[in-house]
Amino acid sequence: MAITLTENAAKHVRNFIAKRGKGVGLRIGVRTSGCSGMAYKLEFADEAASDDHQFTSHGVTVLVDPKSLPYIDGMELDYTREGLNEGFKFSNPNVKNQCGCGESFGV
Amino acid sequence: MALLQISEPGLSAAPHQHRLAVGIDLGTTNSLVATVRNGISVVLNDENGRAMLPSVVRYLADGSVAVGEAAQAMQSEDAANTIVSVKRFMGRGIKDVGEISRLPYRFADTPSSFATSGGSGQAASPLATSGGSGQGGMLQLRTVAGVKSPVEVSAEILKVLRIRAEAALGGELVGAVITVPAYFDDAQRQATKDAARLAGLNVLRLLNEPTAAAIAYGLDNAAEGVYAVYDLGGGTFDISILRLSRGVFEVLAANGDSALGGDDFDQRIHCWLLEKNCLSALGPQDTRLLLTHARAAKEQLTDHAETRITAVLSNGEVIDNILTQAEFQAMSQNLVQRTLQPLRRALRDAQLGVADIKGVVMVGGATRMPQVQHAVEEFFGQTPLTNLDPDKVVALGAAIQANLLAGNRGGDEWLLLDVIPLSLGIETMGGLAEKIIPRNSTIPTARAQEFTTYKDGQTAMSIQVVQGERELVSDCRSLAKFELRGIPAMVAGAARIRVTFQVDADGLLNVSAREMSSGIETAITVKPSYGLSDAEITRMLQDSTQHAQDDMQARSLREQQTEAEQLLEAVQHALELDGDLLDQAERTRIETRMGALRNTLQLADHLAIKRAVTVLNDVTVGFAQKRMDKSVAHVLAGKNISELEVK
Repeated sequence: MAITLTENAAKHVRNFIAKRGKGVGLRIGVRTSGCSGMAYKLEFADEAASDDHQFTSHGVTVLVDPKSLPYIDGMELDYTREGLNEGFKFSNPNVKNQCGCGESFGV
Repeated sequence: MALLQISEPGLSAAPHQHRLAVGIDLGTTNSLVATVRNGISVVLNDENGRAMLPSVVRYLADGSVAVGEAAQAMQSEDAANTIVSVKRFMGRGIKDVGEISRLPYRFADTPSSFATSGGSGQAASPLATSGGSGQGGMLQLRTVAGVKSPVEVSAEILKVLRIRAEAALGGELVGAVITVPAYFDDAQRQATKDAARLAGLNVLRLLNEPTAAAIAYGLDNAAEGVYAVYDLGGGTFDISILRLSRGVFEVLAANGDSALGGDDFDQRIHCWLLEKNCLSALGPQDTRLLLTHARAAKEQLTDHAETRITAVLSNGEVIDNILTQAEFQAMSQNLVQRTLQPLRRALRDAQLGVADIKGVVMVGGATRMPQVQHAVEEFFGQTPLTNLDPDKVVALGAAIQANLLAGNRGGDEWLLLDVIPLSLGIETMGGLAEKIIPRNSTIPTARAQEFTTYKDGQTAMSIQVVQGERELVSDCRSLAKFELRGIPAMVAGAARIRVTFQVDADGLLNVSAREMSSGIETAITVKPSYGLSDAEITRMLQDSTQHAQDDMQARSLREQQTEAEQLLEAVQHALELDGDLLDQAERTRIETRMGALRNTLQLADHLAIKRAVTVLNDVTVGFAQKRMDKSVAHVLAGKNISELEVK
């Protein structure tokens, strides 16, 4: 299993990192908070921790800490536009339920 | 599910706690909104992909409001109800807007925003003199939908931008940073804040436009040094000198011309068209038509050597002219030159030379014109920064600041310092302006100064807050007036009243007064009397340099007069109380000298008054001694009477 990015998502991430001027990749994780138990973490990564799982998808390095991986393994990250808003969207096969807006979820 | 944005390491927002913040450039001609997404500042477009919202608001009879392009389209048809360039009216009274007759609006002035009451009861209030001029409230515009203030009109523009931002970001905004010209005075800043509040925006901070531009260029991450921001907008020109040191921005000086902008270049082409085609006195519709074509031609000439202007007037006459870049440069040369004078003044204010400027930032659509870029390059001897869209650069910088203030970025936080364009002070006895915060002080700042009572038993003090560089209050602008009451009755000069001026990070002024010996502090809200225009600030600055000599003379005279009056009063008072201590000869001598001093008061000669004061002081030494011998056990020999009174 792995974490993957759609090509569109990868293009945007590469672009953002280039404009930011630094960063080794993307850090994806979960933390316990929010109304349905878990919340996603999506951050720029400036360095990899020694125990990080590393994935590469369309040229983007994705770092996931070992504790988060079971919750999000097999997930795909997409970049979409909804009306005037645009941003990243997760499709996570592990999710059993999520709150109305999808910002937090349970497994 | 909700769409996510990439955060900085360790700063992922908790669910439903996104701190969405935007930067808004509330411009005279166009307004924009920007935000930081995925670590990058971007301008938010509307559903048609347009970034710029024309700052035009049209009020309709049914009470609805059109903002932006829709309003702009009806500008000539419904001029009276279509408000353009409302920024010029923010925080201004009718008197401040000179060209009123040329504007198609129906104005309504409002009464003063504060009462100019004098002292009452036994409260001697010697400081209450008629001070600055034009203390009227903000002007109002009569529209088909009722009377609207510039604050309300601006709020309509901000509301559209807020709704756009919320749609684009998918949530409610935590707050916004709104930019204002560095020159905006207290009233204008307050009006901008009010407009934002009315539009349902939480103002994180008002940010000076040049500072925002510098942030957009990432100068905050650049090497330390002094930078110039050259902002030629639609109708205004601003030059600011910023210093970056240890990650802190400080506006060293700001200058400009509030009646110079890209529109003037359109006007030149318009006049040229009239001349070429032997036209005169066109109707408003044709004028607008030609101005639109003139603007298009100006934009064409940015990257074309020549452009063709074709238009059909309402009477069927056809306009068809070729305008070359060289011709355009020749006709607009003096406009470009006019921007250089404020530039020199700003450098002088900052006590810097051209060689000290490390970089030049270009802001405003009009800086796209090659002749402007050349002139700036020549003046500074370096190529200005132009790689960001000059129309968007201010909004982009404001968004970065908003993102930071909303707490979305950790660590390397910078603090922005701005300056006060004109000195702030209060009126003192004799109509003199005592400066408490000098011009070009960095803000936020707080300064206090102690004042005292002028008359025995004075229980109230009227405090007039003034802004300006001149020595006499009548030459400065009155911002507000309030009273401190409940001062315990004491002899003149015994009360100690501490007046504190506080200017917050937004450039807004709070003044408080506290009587120190009794601890009485009156809660005071200073409402600015709306209205001090950029042009006035410039004029007041020029006046202050031109009249420096006169002012000094006037100041010395008033000071002497005040001192003389105080002495006369003290002696008179002493004569009434202890006149029996004197023999007739002594009394006559003193009274003669008092008469002589009163006579010199009429003369505008401060040296003569000074001499008469000295003489009177001398002849009262003996009297002072007698009074002291009488009333006090320990002797203070050799002191004159006025010192005795002060204790």
